[in-house]
Amino acid sequence: MTQEFRLKDEGLIDRSKKISFKFNGKKYFGYEGDTLASALIANGVHLVGRSFKYHRPRGFYGAGVDDPYALVQLIRNNETIPNIKATEQELFEGLEAKSVNCWPNVNFDIGGINNFLRIFLPAGFYYKTFMWPKSFWYRIYEPFIRKAAGFGVVTHEHDKERYEHKYEYCDLLVTGSGPSGLASAYSAAKNGAKVILAEDKPRFGGSLLTSEVTIGNQTGKEWADKIVTELKEMPNVVVKNRAQVFGYYDHNMLVMSERISEHMPKTEKFMPKQKLWYIRAKEVVISSGSIERPIVFGNNDTPGIMLSSAAKEYMKVYGVLVGKKPLIFTNNDSAYETAIEFKKNGINPIVLDSRKELNSDLITEAKNLGIDIKFEHVVVNANGYRKVKSADITKISEDKTNLGKIENIACDCICVSGFWTPTIHLASQSGGKTKFNEDIDAFIPSQSKQNETTVGSANGIFNLNDTLKNSFEAGYELSKKITSKENKLSVPAVVEKKNSKHDKFWCVPLPKGKKYKRFLDFQNDVAVSDIELALREGYRSIEHVKRYTTLGMATDQGKTSNLNGLQLVSNIENKVVPEVGHTTFRPPYTPVSIGAIVGREVGKHSKPTRKSPMHSWHEKNNAVFVDAGLWLRPRYYKKGNETLFDASKREAENVRKNVGVCDVTTLGKIDVKGPDAAEFLNRVYTNAWLKLPVGKARYGVMLREDGIVMDDGTTTRVSENHYHMTTTTAQAANVLSHLEYYLQIVWPELNVNVVSTTEQWAGAAIAGPKSRDLLQKLFPETDCSNEGLPFMGFIETKLFGVYARIFRISFSGELAYEVNVESDNGNFMWEKIIELGEEFKIQPYGTEALSTLRIEMGHVAGSELDGRTTPFDSSLEGLLSKKKDFIGKRSLQKEAFISPDREKLVGVVPLDKKTSIPEGSYIVRDANAKLPNPKLGHVSASCWSVEYNNPFSLAIIKDGKNMIGQKLFALSPLKKKSIPVEIVSSHYVDPKGERVRS
Amino acid sequence: MLFIKCPYCGIRSQNEFAYGGDATVKRPELNKEISDKEWDDFVYNRKSPRGKHLEFWHHISGCRQWFKVHRDTATHEIFKTLKPHEEL
Repeated sequence: MTQEFRLKDEGLIDRSKKISFKFNGKKYFGYEGDTLASALIANGVHLVGRSFKYHRPRGFYGAGVDDPYALVQLIRNNETIPNIKATEQELFEGLEAKSVNCWPNVNFDIGGINNFLRIFLPAGFYYKTFMWPKSFWYRIYEPFIRKAAGFGVVTHEHDKERYEHKYEYCDLLVTGSGPSGLASAYSAAKNGAKVILAEDKPRFGGSLLTSEVTIGNQTGKEWADKIVTELKEMPNVVVKNRAQVFGYYDHNMLVMSERISEHMPKTEKFMPKQKLWYIRAKEVVISSGSIERPIVFGNNDTPGIMLSSAAKEYMKVYGVLVGKKPLIFTNNDSAYETAIEFKKNGINPIVLDSRKELNSDLITEAKNLGIDIKFEHVVVNANGYRKVKSADITKISEDKTNLGKIENIACDCICVSGFWTPTIHLASQSGGKTKFNEDIDAFIPSQSKQNETTVGSANGIFNLNDTLKNSFEAGYELSKKITSKENKLSVPAVVEKKNSKHDKFWCVPLPKGKKYKRFLDFQNDVAVSDIELALREGYRSIEHVKRYTTLGMATDQGKTSNLNGLQLVSNIENKVVPEVGHTTFRPPYTPVSIGAIVGREVGKHSKPTRKSPMHSWHEKNNAVFVDAGLWLRPRYYKKGNETLFDASKREAENVRKNVGVCDVTTLGKIDVKGPDAAEFLNRVYTNAWLKLPVGKARYGVMLREDGIVMDDGTTTRVSENHYHMTTTTAQAANVLSHLEYYLQIVWPELNVNVVSTTEQWAGAAIAGPKSRDLLQKLFPETDCSNEGLPFMGFIETKLFGVYARIFRISFSGELAYEVNVESDNGNFMWEKIIELGEEFKIQPYGTEALSTLRIEMGHVAGSELDGRTTPFDSSLEGLLSKKKDFIGKRSLQKEAFISPDREKLVGVVPLDKKTSIPEGSYIVRDANAKLPNPKLGHVSASCWSVEYNNPFSLAIIKDGKNMIGQKLFALSPLKKKSIPVEIVSSHYVDPKGERVRS
Repeated sequence: MLFIKCPYCGIRSQNEFAYGGDATVKRPELNKEISDKEWDDFVYNRKSPRGKHLEFWHHISGCRQWFKVHRDTATHEIFKTLKPHEEL
């Protein structure tokens, strides 16, 4: 197919590089430098998608970020990507794109029936219709609406692309490379400031690419090219194109997404698709420019109707005609530039100007070129379904209320200009205030909150001379504050055309008896009638009107619709726009890929993985790992076809019968040192610590100030002023912060230091009746007898020449020891234990067997100490000192804490001794009671007791002590189970604790 | 993301720090008889003001020191940071 609408040699595209691409399955050609939109228009394709609500045909309305509806589904590297703006997507060889929100295809879309049912689809339709019956919502309404709504399809595949993050600091960040941005960046950079210049588009220059101006002795574009070239060569400047600064956050941090390879066909393996920049700038220059406003008229969403500035950009940048019979509808001078451009390319446009006949440089030039101009004329309605075919035009009275006789004229495009809206999103996101400028009928930034300065048309300044003057000045002043240099540049002379005043006209009234749909928000299908309805129904706040009608929502964020919406609301309300105010601007300004936000922190990189020094041994011995916080711990060691249940049972049985070894490196370890260490521990733990002798360990419980158990563990007095504290794996970091808080803030007078030593020690728990025999083999020179190393004893010794610490402590309830060596020797220790343990039938055991052993012993762990239980609840009251004060003690006197109603730790056994009780089950008196069945408590942990060979669980239930012996029920609605159970003591095995002392 | 000046390390990004609560609350002395109300005020009752607030932060991914930050909770403006024993 030929590019019928391509101009012969105008534009900045490279005609020597022809590119083929596919749209909706059909092959087309474009050139390097095209966007998907410009290439489609060159091929005469204007129908790009269907609208959100009414499925009306939609084309291109803008030429860049301002376009509200040219969203397509892109297929790139075999991945499908929704929500791609055709006006921004650069063309590359082999590009494939599809229309969205249409079925079976964009030309014939079943959903188009909504357009004819639109009378039944007013604002708030979903809110009103799908309320009753309530149960229908998630069964019928929601699935249906979800299927019908939305643009594009999200893939279910894993995103294989690479996204990167970068943190950067600079003196001055300049957001946009139009004349104001270039001038600010250049003048600041020349004054020694470290500058980042960000441009959203591939080409630098902004409006200079399409305007007929002279700066110095160069054209606007030549000047822009020269400045950019010079900036790129300066070591203190970073110049980025395809980079959108989309968010202004606290403390002058801005976030920018840079498209690194999205515009190319295939990426190298490690080339990122996008890069997200977190930029902390000392000063920010907002030079984000302005967006042309539509004028509202009947069926103003028909494909072929677009902003006049977009039509000009398609001609001047891409060498593409948006139509051959153009109608230009304006209320100001800038659209005349578009008309003149058409004329220069041999096309005869008709200009409809809502103003009374007047003269200005541009109007005179247009007249001299012989362009047909109809003053006081407006477009009332556009005709055509898939493409505009003609326009109904008429004369309008001076007060803009009365229409004359309607006349139909043929056209294939309508270029609209309703003046300009400054892009104040970033300035407003920074927290700065805005004010309404009557001269331009739009909001501009007023008082800035952070260190930002808005320049150029973003600040409502639409002439180049002032823009350059102010921007050079801003760049100089801001850089001077930072660099203290005074290298001021002179502002180049500007030749530009003077504009006459625009007409405050934005909406064409409906002719009598006509009910044309007049769209305000093209992306969300919000028409004038919808806003009128919302106001009739009583919505007043602009924020409410926005949410009820969806005006200014979704990816477009009201770029073209905001002000016209405000105009309408203020007209109906008989207010002026500043009284109505605008909705809050929130980041992001343009959509950002979730992948870019996540960056490299995906999959296994989403968090660090902590491994013990013995990890590779576990791997080699068929360990199945489980996440324990950031740690990977062996859950069980699989033999043959064993299941988790089989393996953990075998491992636990072997501990009870022979001896097992478990990797306990992950336990938190904290060195507590200093002359006041004993006093400090005495305040931190609930039990007494002042009399613990050197060489002894003690079990301790620590509370939060609110009386809830925070953590438990053993602490050992290594020497006079040195203690070795252990914490649970999960709480290690919190306990350290907790201790630091008290030492630094509450009791700074205590001379104590704490430091984490978790990673310095490798730990192995050796547990079982044969553990002492094994220990003696490991430490032949050390007295490992019950007298030499009694329960809770501690010795420092050597393991075949390697420094080792032995603690006689037990979590499994068996005779047990914990051996610590320096991390580097961890593997050596482990292999020695396995080697010498062979004769005692040693087996390694994982966390599952560890749980089994502790549960049947009634030892509490994380599932009981869940941040809700007091020492009474978890049967730890024996550890509460009556003689001294400690953290959280005062809370324990409070009524709720001593209520007999509190839930308490008990054991639970199923009556049939067979059915395992799911963790999380409720304990109730009557399994068949009416709902809500009064709950006595819940099952916190379950295991298969290897001692008794039946299931056993721990539960925390109301009045637990007096419930022992009672027959109750465990209910698991989730697993659909109701199990008759008996409440027993939580100390199911060895209740007197004889084994650990044997 | 806030930019916080640790009194020991200098200015760093917020992701190095953890918030630590109201810094105007003083823990009652140990072994002192106090009413339920005084204890509740220490443990639970907080003002949560809109505006200026003195609060603790912990430089967890830095020097691990606790310190005070005088911050506006509405605008996030930070007026001053202090060591724990320093007063405003």
